[in-house]
Amino acid sequence: MPAASDLLLALGMSAAAGLVGSIAVMRRMALASDALSHVALPGVALALLLHVSPLAGGFVALVVGTLLVWALEYRTRIPTEAVIGVLFSAALAVGSLMASGENLLEALIGTPAVSGRLDATLGLATTGLVIAFMIRARSRLVIRLVSPDLVGTLGVNVPRLDLLYLLAFALTVALGLRYLGVLLMGSLIIIPATTAMYLARNLRSMQIIAVTSAVGSTLIGTIVSSRLGTSSGPLVIVVAAIVFLVGLFWRRWPRRRQKA
Amino acid sequence: MRFGKARRRSNDQVRFAENGLEVEHLSVSLDDVHVLRDLTFAVRAGSTLAVIGPNGAGKTVLLRALVGALPWSGTIRWAAATRIGYVPQKLDLERDLPLTALDLLQAKADVCRSPASDVTDALRLVELSPTTARRTIGRLSGGEFQRVLLAFALMGQPTVLLFDEPTAGLDEPGVHAVYALLQRLQHERGLTVVLISHELNIVYEHADRVLCLSHAHTYFGAPADVLTPERLSEAYGEEIRLHDHDRHARRE
Repeated sequence: MPAASDLLLALGMSAAAGLVGSIAVMRRMALASDALSHVALPGVALALLLHVSPLAGGFVALVVGTLLVWALEYRTRIPTEAVIGVLFSAALAVGSLMASGENLLEALIGTPAVSGRLDATLGLATTGLVIAFMIRARSRLVIRLVSPDLVGTLGVNVPRLDLLYLLAFALTVALGLRYLGVLLMGSLIIIPATTAMYLARNLRSMQIIAVTSAVGSTLIGTIVSSRLGTSSGPLVIVVAAIVFLVGLFWRRWPRRRQKA
Repeated sequence: MRFGKARRRSNDQVRFAENGLEVEHLSVSLDDVHVLRDLTFAVRAGSTLAVIGPNGAGKTVLLRALVGALPWSGTIRWAAATRIGYVPQKLDLERDLPLTALDLLQAKADVCRSPASDVTDALRLVELSPTTARRTIGRLSGGEFQRVLLAFALMGQPTVLLFDEPTAGLDEPGVHAVYALLQRLQHERGLTVVLISHELNIVYEHADRVLCLSHAHTYFGAPADVLTPERLSEAYGEEIRLHDHDRHARRE
């Protein structure tokens, strides 16, 4: 089993992923946001080449990628989805060329590495920051996804809100990089939130289901992987996907019974 | 929100007392295309201005410029202490969003720091039951959702209501219900209303002033002066002359 602080960090990161994912899925940003997590790869690879912290490298790459997406959304007329597709696939390709072998695999699917005290403290502080922002900005984000004009009439600066949300997203991905890797981190943000969107009937239940299933998947995935001695990332995502499938049947089944 | 710079003039205060909104030489360009050019009109406080015109004439653009959602040039002057309630055109929302009407209204109460009683007041005002408010917005009928948006706009004690096609997609009784509600609210609260509408017969009945936007000409004045067959055919084009709009106008 990983150290207590590592586990706490992983669970906190999962809670943030549930909150960030709820908004992403409701805004139909699922694919774009999955792609955004790939931007971390060139940063991780470069950091490995330069022998600095891969997390720091991934983090810097994510922030740069986020600013790029935001600027493209507001400053150009190119369809954002198209640009994201090109930009992030390219990032994945460049990153794969730069990293190699075991390093690449670790960057892609994560490793249950033990973090130092500084890393853990910084990670927990960031997790707290993201969760606090998502709770404080919840109402603004919800009205924004219904209509940007509506939230604008309430005196909210919409581009700034969008930027802050994208940064919260990027920070969440950065937090999960070590644990889940570049390829899988996006899935922890998207899958539990998708499960929640399918089951929930209001905002509160959506967020509760998203956070619970993200945290639960991480917990179960971590415990099982430490028993089996495998890397935790893929198992966490497998558990999240199973929860999604269970949710699918759970909602379908009573309905059919009612009809009969 | 962006408000136009008020020019310092001695009679400004007097005019503010009368007009809820003054627009002078307003121009809006989108992608280098002039959508609105040199528009000038005023709305008396507590009165209703109807904006009509063919599709693509810039009606929604005008409203979005008024709420500051689009960049514009010229002057937009609101009366002092104006609070705007905006009801956007039919929103294109996914049916499966797990958001209830109540979620949306509570979110506004949270952003505006208004008390929770504002939500119940707004719901009562638009005659939406608490049961309906707890349904997800995808499960509401067009008329119910329109009421939710109206309730959203009415929270926070607005003095001006901007209404983009309040009755789009509603059936005949729905249309009348919305206008009756609007009239009641205006009467009770003295709201200044700017609305976009395609129902020219209703515009004729309810509006104090009409602004007709079209690619050719812009007309602003009393309904009887603007809604003439000649001006309408000029605005809407020859083909649409025999359409409902014109028949209604002639019948009047």
